[in-house]
Amino acid sequence: MREGKIKLSSDWNKDLKIKFTIQDPCNLVRKTFGDSVAGDMRYVLKACVGEENFVDPWPNKSNNFCCGGGGGFLQPGFKSARQDYGKIKHDQIMETGAKYVIPPCHNCHSQVHDLSIHYEGGYECVHLWTVMAMSMGILGPDERVYLDANLSECGINECTLPPDE
Amino acid sequence: MADAALKLGAEPKTTFLDKVSDLLPEQGHLNLCLTCGACSSGCPATGLEGMDPRKFLRMAALGMDEEVTSTPWVWMCTMCTRCVHACPMQINIPQLVFQARKSWPEEKKPRGIVQSCKAAMIDKATSSMGATSEDFVESVEETLEQVRSQQRGYKDLQVTFDRKGAKYFLNQNSREPMAEPDEMVPLWKIMHEAGADWTYGTAGWAAENYCMFAGNDEEWEKIVRIKAEAVDALGCEYWLNTE
Repeated sequence: MREGKIKLSSDWNKDLKIKFTIQDPCNLVRKTFGDSVAGDMRYVLKACVGEENFVDPWPNKSNNFCCGGGGGFLQPGFKSARQDYGKIKHDQIMETGAKYVIPPCHNCHSQVHDLSIHYEGGYECVHLWTVMAMSMGILGPDERVYLDANLSECGINECTLPPDE
Repeated sequence: MADAALKLGAEPKTTFLDKVSDLLPEQGHLNLCLTCGACSSGCPATGLEGMDPRKFLRMAALGMDEEVTSTPWVWMCTMCTRCVHACPMQINIPQLVFQARKSWPEEKKPRGIVQSCKAAMIDKATSSMGATSEDFVESVEETLEQVRSQQRGYKDLQVTFDRKGAKYFLNQNSREPMAEPDEMVPLWKIMHEAGADWTYGTAGWAAENYCMFAGNDEEWEKIVRIKAEAVDALGCEYWLNTE
């Protein structure tokens, strides 16, 4: 993005004003690259969805809470403990009012997805690269099935249409 | 002259905390606890199994080794290190938890974690879902073929395996190729649009490593080595870990 190799636009969300929040994966942020990478993630996400449609959770970055999907917790065995653990994350997400959570980590992704179902939060989990591709206009039909129906038509460029016969 | 020093009956015992201290740089600061509770007040695992980080550390400091090495709480702490971040003395409680996990007999450890570790050892793929390199290639090629035939802008989209000299070696969590292959496509497209010179590998392509969570150092190291050697063998400059 900074080198101009890829261009992201948040125009698709100008009128929709769909709110997005983020999860700071412990391994990526607190345990490895710190607040700078947390800032990078926000830089990318804001470019995708529009600065005014990004809601930061609190606390955040290195001070954010673990979702409860790490350390092997996702494996079967302690499901209700894992969901109890995740209540603090769930409450934090609900507080943002966001419809979409971007958790750039597989463990976080699965856990936050499960928390939304378990606590009936109504928020969805999406990969950062999915939102990026949408904002670049290159997200194909099969790659959108993880998004809500109101995003099924957003940011589609000609490149993802079926070939001319 | 003072009386001779009073000799107590019990020999000082080497506690679990002492042993862990010896393993860690600066003893993990394990003896510096001020008992303030900043760790516990910001820990989502506080209260599970009647335990919290401060209590766990205090019990270890009191030599309650039996309790510390048998509480299932060590499998509920995700070792996220928020407690260290909050701690005025930077005490490495997560390492104390990790060493407690290691002290569990293999057959008593939570089976899911142990099995995911074992599954990764059966093939050079290192997939905790037990997926092989052939499974990965097949899933990627099938998905790629679909994109090429269905999207006019991506008729020539390229995904390579084991391409020597590629700048970036990209790995993938097993869940994608095995459960949600369409989720890989946006990533390929972004790499394509950015003109990135990247490749997948047939060895060590699976991003996850459950042996770490299982407290199995030996297998953990094996997996990391398989992955690192796969990157080195292709001479790639960067290892992009999507996990």
